[in-house]
Amino acid sequence: MNGARDKVRKLIGGNRMTMITIQNGITTAAVCGALLFAGACGGGSSSTQTQPPPPTGANIATLTVNPGPAGNYANGAFTSVTVCTPGTSTCQTIDGVLVDTGSSGLRLLSSVLTVPLSQQNYTNGNPVAECLPFVIGYTWGPVQTADVEIASEKASSVPVQVINQSAYPLPSTSLCANNPGGPADTVQNLGANGIIGVGSFAQDCGGACALPPSSGQNPNLYYECPAAGCTAIAESLTQQVANPVSLFSADNNGVIIELPAVTGPEASLTGSLVFGIGTESNNGLNGATVYPVDDNGNFITTFNNVQSSQSFLDSGSNAFYFTDAAIPVCGDDTAFYCPNSTLNLSATNSGFNGTPTGTVDFSVANADDLPNDAVLGQLAGPNTISGFDWGLPFFYGRNVYTAIQGKSTPGGTGPYWAY
Amino acid sequence: MNETRIVPCLPRLRLVIQTAIVSATMLMIAIPAFAGLGENVSSVQADQAHMQGSLRSTQSESYTLHEITAASGAVVREYVSAATGKVFAVAWQGAWPPDMRQVLASYFAQYQQAAQTQSNVRAGRRPLLINQPGLVVESGGHMRSFMGRAYIPDMLPEGVKAEVIR
Repeated sequence: MNGARDKVRKLIGGNRMTMITIQNGITTAAVCGALLFAGACGGGSSSTQTQPPPPTGANIATLTVNPGPAGNYANGAFTSVTVCTPGTSTCQTIDGVLVDTGSSGLRLLSSVLTVPLSQQNYTNGNPVAECLPFVIGYTWGPVQTADVEIASEKASSVPVQVINQSAYPLPSTSLCANNPGGPADTVQNLGANGIIGVGSFAQDCGGACALPPSSGQNPNLYYECPAAGCTAIAESLTQQVANPVSLFSADNNGVIIELPAVTGPEASLTGSLVFGIGTESNNGLNGATVYPVDDNGNFITTFNNVQSSQSFLDSGSNAFYFTDAAIPVCGDDTAFYCPNSTLNLSATNSGFNGTPTGTVDFSVANADDLPNDAVLGQLAGPNTISGFDWGLPFFYGRNVYTAIQGKSTPGGTGPYWAY
Repeated sequence: MNETRIVPCLPRLRLVIQTAIVSATMLMIAIPAFAGLGENVSSVQADQAHMQGSLRSTQSESYTLHEITAASGAVVREYVSAATGKVFAVAWQGAWPPDMRQVLASYFAQYQQAAQTQSNVRAGRRPLLINQPGLVVESGGHMRSFMGRAYIPDMLPEGVKAEVIR
């Protein structure tokens, strides 16, 4: 029997070289070709034969669920992103970038970057760097600007984070210095070549980071970094690492993640990352229910008669994470549930203000019994303190809309999720 | 539960900032320091000053809950045993995680070791659950919304269940 931990770790080392496709100075037409190639390459054609052809359009990037460039991801959705030295045609397409609706901003490993980006400098001329904490692990490195292209969407001079642990000494007072997980600074540690946060916000931090570092309200994510060491700064909204979608010249009010349904474990899955909501003929709401999201990026999930107002949809989480004390956790890996037999469960989602409401049915399989596949629609684990975390399995078989805060859409002003 | 006091701290801190050049070290402490897990309650008011927030303390039979609300809106709750005077549990909620080195104090190394062992399992975001005989830590959330709790099972006052720590 494969343990849950083995299930993931055994994937490491397998088939990793096919995922990194890096090209320099390519034209837009070549980018499309590269995207299609990457999708076909990573998608595993054998498992996609029964799926309907994904929609096409200038605002659609291919989304692939596969083990990713590190070969160790279960339920990770990846796409390709092209970055260019600002104002030039010096470009590079990077695939294996994790698509994350639970964060905002583009973060790329310096180790995969081959084109120079433009360093952002503080008012005194010193380079700016960022510490971005996740629950487990963090990213640290310089803030640089890039022209970003995905599918046929373009944004100029987008502040991105270049993940580089050694670029500047990590300040000992930063949230990164006391994060338990350590740096996500390699393909192996990150499980990806980068993360593209296409979540509910236009910037990663927002107004708090624009306040004085001494105010007690600034989490001090941004630093100016002279040779003597980095010091926390106030970073304006326009300077902060940005959700690239919000800066596209069109189709910039949100995204749709469209993935086919799965009936059991699969090696890979191909879908679409669609830009814009109601801006083109191919991205209308089509009757999807709009669930308003609060200013922290949460709505309400009620499960087993317990209401959690800090619940969220998150393509960057790789399972259903929720609390049910009656379901045994796996003996070998307590991150997952191992029920005796597959459970069919139901929860209710509501907008953050209580309306609308809708029922979601989902299943939880014994994680130890699941094979070493990248697509595991019934993978779940415990989450005892925060809300219901609807990870990527929620997205299988749905078109899930994420509208950006403050942006107008036919379904109202963001932030909201719709499905 | 009996609410005993509400002490807004912000005016005092403003005064300090207005009348003195506060040291650069002080200014850099935007993330609050707490009476860490397992430590004595005596530093709660200093913690309140660090957080530039307000303190509300509520007393129950076996413990006192000190709830500090920072200027950022972040909330840290410290549970202090009536019998020992020590912090047996800490819970937090805010846009960003707190300084875990401060929160967990002498338990930080154990926490970090356990977490890094777990993070070898896979990359990506998921909740963190550490359940060891001497330390329980649970944290989760996402960008702009983090929460968690930590407690020492052996130090829970008699009759107090972990469910109250939130």
